[in-house]
Amino acid sequence: MERAAEIELARQLLAGTPEAFDRFVDHFRAKIFHYSRIMCGHREDAEEVVQETLLRVFENFGQLREPEHVRAWVFRIAKNACLIKRRKSVYAPQQELSLDELMPARAPGGDPMKIEIADWSGLPEDEVLRSELQHVLEDAIANMPEIYRSVMLLRDVEELSTEDTAQVLDLNTDAVKTRLHRARLLARKQIDTYLRANGQAVERN
Amino acid sequence: MATHRHDENCQRMFALLSEYLDLELPAETCQEMDAHIAGCGPCAAFTASLRKTIELCREYRPQELPDPIARDARQKLLEAYQKMLAGRRS
Repeated sequence: MERAAEIELARQLLAGTPEAFDRFVDHFRAKIFHYSRIMCGHREDAEEVVQETLLRVFENFGQLREPEHVRAWVFRIAKNACLIKRRKSVYAPQQELSLDELMPARAPGGDPMKIEIADWSGLPEDEVLRSELQHVLEDAIANMPEIYRSVMLLRDVEELSTEDTAQVLDLNTDAVKTRLHRARLLARKQIDTYLRANGQAVERN
Repeated sequence: MATHRHDENCQRMFALLSEYLDLELPAETCQEMDAHIAGCGPCAAFTASLRKTIELCREYRPQELPDPIARDARQKLLEAYQKMLAGRRS
């Protein structure tokens, strides 16, 4: 569903349009499930988060002042529901990763003008490769530290703005940018490793 | 580029790449980066790979779906919605 249609749906729901209810439920059930499935790591937890979030959404829908921010508003409730379900092993405290760890490796021989990098040029045109990489990406997101996972899901998958993401996660916008960059670098690294392991050419200059 | 100082510039670029791709940098910094990337093969390749990572995220649609909503779960949500509407009208 396009962003504009989603906002219109929120307006209809506020106005009490009968058809809006099921459409809203269907649309956001899937969205909240995808987010909480990756955030919580367990399907059962994710199913519970979906129901708890929607219940809270409908109870408090009258408080949604700006329907254009409905997605961020719903995700803020979902984020809090996920936190309640947090499992220690998944949510262990995390330090910010150093960028040095995420820089590409120098090519063998130490030539500073060469780095080790896979050949990404087949993307995004190659359909099969793209579908494989969706799985690699999903694993990469699911396995990154929680502080990066949440930012990446909200900014790059749900396409919330930096400001909306900051509000959902109780962060300032600089922290969102810092974490997003690290999250993307982590995902990029996983994809690059996969491409190299699958025979894509290495080394660029 | 004979005078290209790879290490120092590249590290600075590396830290700013996401903001660069999100068009969140001041125009001047953005132009500096355009110029650097145009003359630096590794940075160009790396930037392209990061851009493609973001594209993959944007088109990411998980395969796993939630179970269809149970009748009593839907009913509970509907009641909460109707109660909220009634509260707004009163």
